[in-house]
Amino acid sequence: MPTTLNAQRQSLTDLEMHGDFIRRHIGPSDEDTSTMLASLGCTSLDELLQRAVPNDIVSERPLEMEAPRSERAASTHLRHMRHRNQVFISMIGCGYHGTVMPPVIRRNVLENPDWYTAYTPYQAEVSQGRLEVLLGFQQMVMDLTAMDLANASLLDEATAAAEAMSMCRRLAKAKSNVYFVDRCVHPQTLAVLKTRAGFMGFEILVDDPFTELERREFFGVLLQYPASTGGLRDLTDAIATAHEKKALAVVAADILALALVKPPGEMDADIVIGNAQRFGVPMGYGGPHAAFFATRDAYKRSTPGRIIGVSRDAQGRPALRMALQTREQHIRREKATSNICTAQVLLANISTLYAMYHGPQGLHTIASRVHRMTCILALGFEEIGYKVVDPHFFDTIQVHVPGLAGRLAARARESRINLRVIDADHLGITFDETTKRENLLTLWRIFDTRAHHRLDIDALDAKVEGRIPVELHRTSAYLQHEIFDRYRSETEMMRYMRRTASKDVSLGRSMIPLGSCTMKLSATTELLPLSFRDFTNLHPFAPLEQTQGYQQLFEELEDMLCEITGFHAISLQPNAGSQGEYTGLLCIRAYHESQGQGHRNVCLIPASAHGTNPASAVMAGMLVVIVRCDDNGNVDLDDLRDKAAQHQDHLAALMITYPSTHGVFEERIRDICQVVHHHGGQVYMDGANLNALVGICRPAEIGADVAHINLHKTFAIPHGGGGPGMGPIGVLSHLAPFLPDHVIVEGVNPASGGRPTIGSVSAAPWGSASILPISWAYIAMMGASGLRRATTIAILNANYIAQRLHPHYPVVYSGADGLVAHECIIDLAGFKGTSGITTEDVAKRLVDYGFHAPTMSWPVADSFMIEPTESESKAELDRFCDAMVSIRQEIAEIESGTADPLDNLLKNAPHSLHLLTDGGWRRPYPLERAFFPSPATRREKYWPPVGRVDNVYGDKHLVCSCPPIAHYEQEQAST
Amino acid sequence: MSEIRYTADHEWVSLDGDVATVGITDYAEEQLGDLVYVELPSVGREVTAGDETAVLESVKAAGDVKSPVSGTIVEVNEALSDAPEKVNENPTGEGWFFRVQITNAADLETLMDRTGYDSLIASLA
Repeated sequence: MPTTLNAQRQSLTDLEMHGDFIRRHIGPSDEDTSTMLASLGCTSLDELLQRAVPNDIVSERPLEMEAPRSERAASTHLRHMRHRNQVFISMIGCGYHGTVMPPVIRRNVLENPDWYTAYTPYQAEVSQGRLEVLLGFQQMVMDLTAMDLANASLLDEATAAAEAMSMCRRLAKAKSNVYFVDRCVHPQTLAVLKTRAGFMGFEILVDDPFTELERREFFGVLLQYPASTGGLRDLTDAIATAHEKKALAVVAADILALALVKPPGEMDADIVIGNAQRFGVPMGYGGPHAAFFATRDAYKRSTPGRIIGVSRDAQGRPALRMALQTREQHIRREKATSNICTAQVLLANISTLYAMYHGPQGLHTIASRVHRMTCILALGFEEIGYKVVDPHFFDTIQVHVPGLAGRLAARARESRINLRVIDADHLGITFDETTKRENLLTLWRIFDTRAHHRLDIDALDAKVEGRIPVELHRTSAYLQHEIFDRYRSETEMMRYMRRTASKDVSLGRSMIPLGSCTMKLSATTELLPLSFRDFTNLHPFAPLEQTQGYQQLFEELEDMLCEITGFHAISLQPNAGSQGEYTGLLCIRAYHESQGQGHRNVCLIPASAHGTNPASAVMAGMLVVIVRCDDNGNVDLDDLRDKAAQHQDHLAALMITYPSTHGVFEERIRDICQVVHHHGGQVYMDGANLNALVGICRPAEIGADVAHINLHKTFAIPHGGGGPGMGPIGVLSHLAPFLPDHVIVEGVNPASGGRPTIGSVSAAPWGSASILPISWAYIAMMGASGLRRATTIAILNANYIAQRLHPHYPVVYSGADGLVAHECIIDLAGFKGTSGITTEDVAKRLVDYGFHAPTMSWPVADSFMIEPTESESKAELDRFCDAMVSIRQEIAEIESGTADPLDNLLKNAPHSLHLLTDGGWRRPYPLERAFFPSPATRREKYWPPVGRVDNVYGDKHLVCSCPPIAHYEQEQAST
Repeated sequence: MSEIRYTADHEWVSLDGDVATVGITDYAEEQLGDLVYVELPSVGREVTAGDETAVLESVKAAGDVKSPVSGTIVEVNEALSDAPEKVNENPTGEGWFFRVQITNAADLETLMDRTGYDSLIASLA
C-alpha cells in the first residue's frame, strides 16, 4: 500500500513492525475480516467472541507474555539458544547414531512444504506420492529384517517394543504373564516396557536369555541384536526355545547392521522392531525418527499402526491406500490393537529415500566401512593392552577399563567426543557413517597418550579380520526391487522426489479443511532450526552441560505453555496426542495411588470422544464407562451424574474434549468437571481442540487437572504427511510429581523430588526435541495478542464457512447463539435418499476442484467436519465454498433426473487423466465439467494420479510390498 | 426348523433340534457395508450367551458377532474365510456364521421375534 503524505505519523515502534508476523500467519486481511464479520451480523471480533463463546468459560486474566517478536528477532533468539548447545562427536550409541542426510533429500523433502505440510493419507487419491514412498519403507524394512510384512512406522524404538509386547500377549498361547527381556536391551527401551507393563498386568523379567530362557515361563521375549553394548549373538536357539514354550520372540534390531548380518526373520523371529534413524535422519536430541515394526503375514490383523496396501482404482489400475484400518482405534476404540494413531511419515520417507539414494550396494559399503573402522579400533585397543569384551560385534565395542570409565570419558570430552559409560569398569564406543580415520587416532590417544606412535591405521587395516562370525553373515539379498536402484544419480533423485510430491495435495497447493486436525500455517522461520546442526546433531543422552540451549528452549516453551493452559507443569516427553492421553491417565492413576486410592480405575468417556480416548484408557488399565451424549454431541449431564455416583468409589477420571468433538463450546463444562471432582475423579482434557481456546480460556481454569497439547495442531508443527507430532501434557501441581522422568538423563521431572514417577513413556527424555523450536517460534512471534487473534479468526473463518454453506447444506451442531466454534459440521446424509450420493462421492468430487476433502463421517456419520483454521484467507475460503455450492448443484441435477444416477460427475470422481487416454471420453457429460469444474481449475489444475480407490479390494487382497516396476511404468506411460 | 429369533445386536438365530444357526441380519449387513474379513470360532469351543464369538470387518467398521445362545460350537461356515462377501450377498442364508449345540433352549425365549425386531429397526431409523 503506498504511503501518502497525509498518513498519520507512526511511532518508531510501529515502523519497526515487531508484530508483523501476526498478519503473515493470519489469512484474512482487516478489510476481509470486517466483511466476514458483517456477514455474521457482528460489528467486531469481540462481539463474535461474546456470542460464540460462553461467558462462563472466558478467562478473567488475559495472557501475559512477552511482546510479539519479529521473524528476525525470533531467529536471533533461536540462534543464541542453539549456540549454547555444543555438538560433540557422539559415540554413545544406544540406538542413536550420527548420519548424513543427503543434501538433495534435505532440500527437496525436509525443507519442501509439499512434503512436510501434507496430512495423514486418509484421502488416498490425493496422497499417492507419499504412499508410494511409504510402501517403499515397508519394502525396505521387510527386506532388511527378512519378515513378511512391515507397517508404515511407529514413534520410536521403545514404544515399538511396547507395542510388540502387547501383541505377543494377544497372540501367544503361553498362559504366563511374564515378559522376558534380554538384559542387553537399550536401557530406555526397558524403562518404557516397565511403564507399559505396569497397568497391563505383565511382569517384566530381565535376565540372560541364553542361559535363563529354558528355565522360565513367559509369553514373549525381547532380544536386542546386536546387544546394546555391542555383542553380536546368534539368536536362533533362544527364539526356538521361546517357540517351544508357545511364546513369541521379538528382536530389536539395528537397521544398518542388517545390511551385513543374518536377518532376524531367518532366525524365525515373530516380530522385528527398531529405529530407522540412522538412515539419514539426524538424532535431533531424541527425535523425531521413524521406528519400524515387522512381523509375519499371519499376524497382520494384530499389527499396530498404519499399514500401506496396494489396491486398484475405479479403472482397475494399481493404487495405494492405508489398509486394514479396522484394526485401529478410530474404529475399534477400546478393543483396538493399540492407541497409536499416527506414523512418522516424513521421517520414514526420508529414511526410504536415503536407502534409494544409496541403493543396496551403497548401504552395504557404508555398513562395511562402519564395521571395518570398528574392527580396526578394537584391534588397536588390544595392541595397546585393553580388553575388548565381546569377540563379535558390528559397530559397538565395550572396552574393559577397570575403575577408569569416568576419567576416560571425561578425557574424551576434552577431545569433543562423547562415550558411553556403561559402568565404572566399562566404556562403550559406537561408530557410524560419519566416523573418520582421525577419530580412531584420537580415541587411542585418549586411552594411551603414546598410542599414536605405536598404531598405524593402514597396518592395522591390513591385519584386521571381520568380527561378524561366519554363521551370522548375511547371505540373502535385500533392496532388490528396482525402486532401490533407479534414483542414485542426483538428477533422477531430484525428479523422483518432485514427481512423487506433485501427486499429492499439500498446503502448498490448497487449504486442507480437515476438522479436528488444524492444518494451519507452519511458517518458514519456525522451521529453519530443523536445518541447524546445533539443534539436530545432538544425542539425546549427551551430557546436559552440552545441551544448555535446548534446556533453555524447554524452559521457555514450558513457561509459555503453562501460561496458555493455566497448568503448573509440562512434560514434553509424549510424542503424540495419544501418547499424551496415556501419560496423563498414568499420572492420574499414580496420584490416586499416592492418596491411598489405588483402586480407582473407572474412566468415564463421552460417546462422542475421539477413538484414542478409550484405547488409551484401556492401556492405562482402566475400565471404560461410556457417558451418553445428547443429540448435539454434548455430555448428558444427568447420565454423567448417575454414572459418576454409581462408580464413585472407583471413579478415576473423566476424559473430555473441549470444545467438544462436534466443535461446540459446551455451556456446562464447569458443571461437568465439578461432578467428576465431587465424586473423587480427575478431569483429563483432550486438547485436540485447544486451538479454539488459546488466549480466551485456560483449560485449568475451567476444571481440567491434566490435558495434552497437540503441538502439531495448535502450535504450528507441520503434519509431515502423517507424522511427526508432539503431545506434551500439562498438569496441575498435585499431578506434577508423577510426570515422566528418564532412566539415563537426570532432572527430566524436577517436581519428582527423586521419588518414583510413572517412569518413561518415550525413548528420549524430551520426546521429539528437535521440532520444539517450531512451537517456541510460533508462540514467540504471535505473542499474547497474536495468539488470541488466531483463535478468534479461526472461529470467524469456521462461522463464515458455516454461514456460506448454510443455504445449501444443513449445518448441524451449533452453540446457544447459532454459532459454531472453530469448525463446523455439515450433514450429507439426506442425499442418499434424494440422489444416491454419499459423503465419499462429495469428498472425491472435491478432488476434481483441487481440494482435499474435510474430515469425513466423524464424529457423526455421513457428514463433513470442516476446519479452515485462521491461516486461510477469505479468498481461499470462498474458493472452497464455491466448490461446495457448485457440487450441490451437481447433486441437484441427479435429484431432478437431469444427470444419470450412477454415471455422473460425483460417482465417477475423482476424474483422473486415464479417463481421457483410455480410448477417449465416454461419459454422458462434457469432459470440461469433469476436469475443469471451476475457474480456479482452469488457472491451475490438480490432476489426481488415480481414480477412486477400491477399498474393499485392497483389504481383501492385502499386498503391503512394492508391486513390480511394470505397475509404475504402466502408470507413468499413461500420465 | 423353528421360528427365527433376533437380538438387539442384530444377530439372528434359528433352531433345528438342539442346534442353533447364527448369523447377522440384513440391517447389520447394510450398516457394515462390504465385508472384507471374518474370523470364526474354533469348533468345540464352549460359549455362553453374549460371548463375542466371531469377528467381522468391513473397510469402515469392525464388529463382533455374539452368540445369542449358550452351548458348544459344532460347525462354522468355513466358506466365509475366503469369501466374506457371502455375508453381504445373503446374510440370512449362505452368510451364516456358526452353529451351536445349545444347552438351554430357554435362551431363545429371551430373544425378539420378527415383529419385535422390526419395531427395533423402525426405532433406529
